[in-house]
Amino acid sequence: MGIQAPGLLSPWPWLLLLVALRGSEATSALNKPTGPPAQQAPGAGLASGPALGERITVFELDYDYVQVPYEVTLWILLASLAKIGFHLHHRLPGLMPESCLLIIVGALVGAIIFGTDHKSPPVMDSNIYFLYLLPPIVLEGGYFMPTRPFLENIGSILWWAGLGALVNALGIGLSLYLICQIKAFGLSDVNLLQNLVFGSLISAVDPVAVLAVFEEARVNEPLYMMIFGEALLNDGISVVLYNILIAFTKMHKFESIEPVDVLAGCARFIIVGVGGVFFGIIFGFVSAFITRFTQNISAIEPLIVFMFSYLSYLSAETLYLSGILAITACAVTMKKYVEENVSQTSYTTIKYFMKMLSSVSETLIFIFMGVSTVGKNHEWNWAFVGFTLAFCLLWRAISVFTLFYVSNRFRTFPFSAKDQCIIFYSGVRGAGSFSLAFLLPLSLFPRKNMFVTATLVVIYFTVFIQGITIGPLVRYLDVKKTNKKESINEELHIRLMDHLKAGIEDVCGQWSHYQVRDKFKKFDHKYLRKILIRENLPRSSIVSLYKKLEMKQALEMAETGALSASAFSRPHQAQPSQGTKRLSPEDVASMRDLLTRNMYQVRQRTPSYNKYNLQPQTTEKQAKEILIRRQNTLRESMRKGHSLPWGTPAGAKNIRYLSFPYSRPRPARGGGAAAALEDADSSDSELSFAMFHEHSPARSLQERQRIQQITTVKSLNRGGKLSSSGYQISPSQEEHVGRSRKALRPKPLFHPVDEERESGEESGEEASPPGAGQWAEHGREPRRPLLRRK
Amino acid sequence: MGAAQSTSEEVRELVGKTGFSSDQIEQLHRRFKQLSGDQPTIRKEHFNNVPDLELNPIRSKIVRAFFDNRNLRKGPSGLADEINFEDFLTIMAYFQPIDVTMDEEQVQLCRKEKLRFLFHMYDSDSDGRITLEEYRNVVEELLSGNPHIEKESARSIADGAMMEAASVCVGQMEPDQVYEGITFDDFLKIWQGIDIETKMHIRFLNMETMALCH
Repeated sequence: MGIQAPGLLSPWPWLLLLVALRGSEATSALNKPTGPPAQQAPGAGLASGPALGERITVFELDYDYVQVPYEVTLWILLASLAKIGFHLHHRLPGLMPESCLLIIVGALVGAIIFGTDHKSPPVMDSNIYFLYLLPPIVLEGGYFMPTRPFLENIGSILWWAGLGALVNALGIGLSLYLICQIKAFGLSDVNLLQNLVFGSLISAVDPVAVLAVFEEARVNEPLYMMIFGEALLNDGISVVLYNILIAFTKMHKFESIEPVDVLAGCARFIIVGVGGVFFGIIFGFVSAFITRFTQNISAIEPLIVFMFSYLSYLSAETLYLSGILAITACAVTMKKYVEENVSQTSYTTIKYFMKMLSSVSETLIFIFMGVSTVGKNHEWNWAFVGFTLAFCLLWRAISVFTLFYVSNRFRTFPFSAKDQCIIFYSGVRGAGSFSLAFLLPLSLFPRKNMFVTATLVVIYFTVFIQGITIGPLVRYLDVKKTNKKESINEELHIRLMDHLKAGIEDVCGQWSHYQVRDKFKKFDHKYLRKILIRENLPRSSIVSLYKKLEMKQALEMAETGALSASAFSRPHQAQPSQGTKRLSPEDVASMRDLLTRNMYQVRQRTPSYNKYNLQPQTTEKQAKEILIRRQNTLRESMRKGHSLPWGTPAGAKNIRYLSFPYSRPRPARGGGAAAALEDADSSDSELSFAMFHEHSPARSLQERQRIQQITTVKSLNRGGKLSSSGYQISPSQEEHVGRSRKALRPKPLFHPVDEERESGEESGEEASPPGAGQWAEHGREPRRPLLRRK
Repeated sequence: MGAAQSTSEEVRELVGKTGFSSDQIEQLHRRFKQLSGDQPTIRKEHFNNVPDLELNPIRSKIVRAFFDNRNLRKGPSGLADEINFEDFLTIMAYFQPIDVTMDEEQVQLCRKEKLRFLFHMYDSDSDGRITLEEYRNVVEELLSGNPHIEKESARSIADGAMMEAASVCVGQMEPDQVYEGITFDDFLKIWQGIDIETKMHIRFLNMETMALCH
């Protein structure tokens, strides 16, 4: 496509950067006698004024004061602009991982800084990385993990991620040590421990980068989960290993390592890992519990989520446990309960903020990597670099194929060789490796530069070459695809299958992980949810899915479907958790009806995880089309000039289940109830208005009438029998209350909608007592429900 | 089934018929005897001996499936009163994992069989179609574990699902077209892309593992 990348071409950020650099040079030149500029920010600024007299200057340039934040901000902006450009091009995101882009930007920034001989701000040191840059990245990974597939494959994932990291680290370390023994390469001063440390840091893969590429190819779920799980746990394990080995290095600078130390190291590894997870779970529960009480100040809900996660990280780090695993476990635990407790806006805020933070962190790390690339402190050693690369690939292949060979024995559906090839090939290194290499203490690692160089080479190679070619490879190998549809049927069937399996296993007397899951679910429902969830309505996943789909549709319709949108502001799904956790069946049915009639398929849902982006709104186009069609039909019906809302116009279409109950017999159709759908159809149009109603009850009469007219007409479209009188929002609700089946209806999401519809004494509300009686009479005759389209 | 001398022949026969290994058959036989109280046949009441099954929301359907003549391949409809070990195995055979080394046709056949089992679970009146009422029944049972979800919600979910099924199976419908229910072919269509093989299987584990789990 001819779309350029405006971000990269736009001159402004470059200009700013150059000005900044010039400015800093100017001040640093002035300050040479007074020492490093960064240290003396305000003082230097004042002192660097006109060196002549002590006059008040009208215009001064003080760059040092803002240097660090200024440059950091510029970097982030630059990367963001580049990303915008990247995504504007339609095909690029599917071709290469976004890390490629970030590295390029980083290298460019590095080139500029190098070229202008500028002292780059001290963004990266050990504390900053481990305390500030790393936690958001890990938190985001943990939070967006799809729980159920993860837990289904957890055995394989733990086996693969845990052992894989260990095998890789030790394998690479040992092989390199052997290479270093060869005198010809000039590496004999690199001892075993150093090699092991290097092995541990170079084995930290960041395959999430390729997940976006995977999504294009829509690979099957277990494969996706393996990559995801590996990404999640690999960071934690590498860091733990790294820290342990560094501790070894520090401790045994002079002596040799004794076996007891090695054992202690192993034990520590396990304790650190398990302890971290334990911490994370505790913090997760505590924060879930606290969000139970935040109804009234929902603005601090995101704060609680973030602070508790961060606290779990810090607390674990205090005890030298694995903070990464802690924060991951915290996010995973907390997510389920928090999502139910917090308000919709908080939920959105949390998601976006998390993405933003992790994006910023990663950008900074990559840019720093680019800056380091273009620099003077490299040590190039052909042998070391070459063998590192070779061993990385080799050991990954070894670990993949052997570990999966073993775990395939225990899986009912083993990973095919193709899958394993893909897993092997997705070993892309990323920011993690670089950070760990950069933070090697120079005192213990005199040849640190060589390590950094080797790491950079590996990262560049894997990200660019493997990252770009993995997409075509997946397509070429024709890996088994997934085909998940987010549909009610599927959810139902899956649920049924779960229960069926559990039941059959009970009959067989077997004990398998399905039963574990069942037991956990029961425990969860009985105890945990009561404590942790706000109003403890146990919900099933079917209902949650339903509700989610409904809300999504409602939001879309509100955003795009309101014909008088200009008059109303965009409504928000303000408080769905405030006692309205129940279904509004008509809404959903209306949604379904809409879908059916307009021949839209529910969008496919692959386990979609994009590290850099939240789910793109694929349904916008759909919503727009719905809007256009509605407008057309509206125009048509207006032309026909129906004024009587009760009768069913000849041309209107609707779907009905003839065995639905209805409160009063419909004249034109015999023998059955009218659809909930007609009900629903009108309800969906009312839905959007109802939402406005909720938020702006004091509405001008004229607007209300307009609404009424429009909704009346719209409901005519669907052949609905809404009475226009039903549209009076607050005042006349009471008069219509008595009318029909309000008694046992579930409290819908929007009260006015409910009342209105009922005032219209719609047909179709299935199971309410008055209706039920009639249904009992009518329903028996046609035993089969007929789906009729009139 | 208890006669010692013919056991091995019977076992072999069963191995041939059902595809289980002889170890698994022994195992299941033990379980069968446990359930039936050492009698040669099992009735519905015997399933009450399985305590965990009580908590299963679709318990009745599962138990019913064991006695369903269609699953037992004994007839087009109706329920048997009691089943013997061979019938027990027949039902269990539906849950064997599909052997990926089989050829495509076989795989399709197995898949169809499993789906047919599921279909029979939904279609309780054996008329070959899943009607709205039956669907509702299923959904209600599935959601019956949650006391806070009312019947209407369950029903509307069923209705929504039915509509979705209609759209998948029949697409855009003409006016006056009547959709009677989900037939088996429609059912297959719904399941088209979804890998039932990966979901509908039970690992009939080896002996050692079983011992551990008890």
